[in-house]
Amino acid sequence: MNTKSMIGFAVSLSLAMVAAQSQAADKAKDLDAKTAMIVKRDFRDKGIAKATRVNQDELQAACSKYVDKLPKKLKAKLEAKESEAIKWPADGKYMGDWKAGEKLAQSGKGMTWKDKAEDPRGGNCYNCHQLSATEIAYGTIGPSLLHFGKERGYGEDIQRYAYGRIYNAKAGNACANMPRFGHMGILTEEQMKDLVALLLDPESPVNK
Amino acid sequence: MNTNQICKAVMVLSLTIGGAAWAEPEITDSDRIAQYREMISDGNPAEFDEMRGEELWKTPGGPNKVSLEKCDLGKGKGVVKGAYAEMPRYFKDTKKVQDLESRLLTCMTTLQGIPEEQITAKPFASDKKESDISSLASYVAGQSKGMKMKVSTKHPKVKEAYEIGKRIFNYRAGPYDFACSTCHATSGVRIRMQDLPNMRSSKKDAQAAYTSWPAYRVSQGLTRSFQWRLNDCFRQQRFPEPKFASEATIALTTYLAVSANGAEYAGPGLKR
Repeated sequence: MNTKSMIGFAVSLSLAMVAAQSQAADKAKDLDAKTAMIVKRDFRDKGIAKATRVNQDELQAACSKYVDKLPKKLKAKLEAKESEAIKWPADGKYMGDWKAGEKLAQSGKGMTWKDKAEDPRGGNCYNCHQLSATEIAYGTIGPSLLHFGKERGYGEDIQRYAYGRIYNAKAGNACANMPRFGHMGILTEEQMKDLVALLLDPESPVNK
Repeated sequence: MNTNQICKAVMVLSLTIGGAAWAEPEITDSDRIAQYREMISDGNPAEFDEMRGEELWKTPGGPNKVSLEKCDLGKGKGVVKGAYAEMPRYFKDTKKVQDLESRLLTCMTTLQGIPEEQITAKPFASDKKESDISSLASYVAGQSKGMKMKVSTKHPKVKEAYEIGKRIFNYRAGPYDFACSTCHATSGVRIRMQDLPNMRSSKKDAQAAYTSWPAYRVSQGLTRSFQWRLNDCFRQQRFPEPKFASEATIALTTYLAVSANGAEYAGPGLKR
């Protein structure tokens, strides 16, 4: 093989590779489009769970597409956007009643097609987190929050941090598993404050 | 009360008594379920559903008054042995990839002449009413017991269904941003005390989970089909309802069934 034919070979090889790559990318795009079409067609209204719930917002679409591993730039962009949309309490207070918070944390109810729109919604906290030491039936999808305040302090900065995480966990980690309780209107401001108190009231069983 | 009903009552009673002995906190749910399985290894209440399904399969029914013995589940007309272990698969007559329940739907409508809406309006069993298509699925699935799961992706349509199913598994939406993967893509985690199988990256978990459905749900007193299992997952995901036997559910089933390939089919199973 002379130099010229070697160059020719290398060029055609790399061209073939590029073509194969773009073909694979096209195929993936086709499958993404087909999946979107199928999902939109194959789910239907049931009770309060309307078919439109399958329509994704920008964040849901990105986390699905990248299977929760976003490119750095996109991750930062989405987190900034989620962060900016947080509606902080107008009275500047973050703490509610930890007892109401514990009740909320226990409940996994709300927003399924078996629930009514007016049914009280739970915080689902124990489904995924350890909180009070006395509750042993806790899930492990999320980190343990036992002694949350005891370990981090009880100051206003940490209260604001906790409120923000409950309001929109995606502001800190775009593809976090945790729902955006404030952003998506799952819980009210008062309920989120009760959960902050559960985490950060020194009297809360979480800190005992 | 006929013999079947008496047997069922005795079985459920012994399960209830067994359940009462579970109070010790150090025993996990999985241990308890293992105890259950041990206790009833000679008989799972799901067997009654299988028997009901077998009778439905063999008895002439529908406006056309024919049995389902001419139904082709992929291994030839009337062959039920081993059919479930190779489903979902591509069917030339419908030009579709079909799982067991959607294929049964095809046979019930085309052979027996039962209107599709009559079956799909209430495809799952309830306290009030049994479901024929569900019982048929229990029967057919039971005829693959002990056989290796062998779902082929050679046909491009099955391969495509697998790829779409994988995307649906990761599809995040709804008020909680959940996908199947929110709960089923990490090993060794649980919701409350319920252990969660990692269907994305643990072959062992995916195999154990898939091969145990359909299953008798002790807490509900009903034998549940795989379509029901997906339906209830989407409910908890806060999604709208997936249409029964729709392409979306078949694609997802294909993804999960292929992930279970190589395992022995062990159902119909028994669940909490």
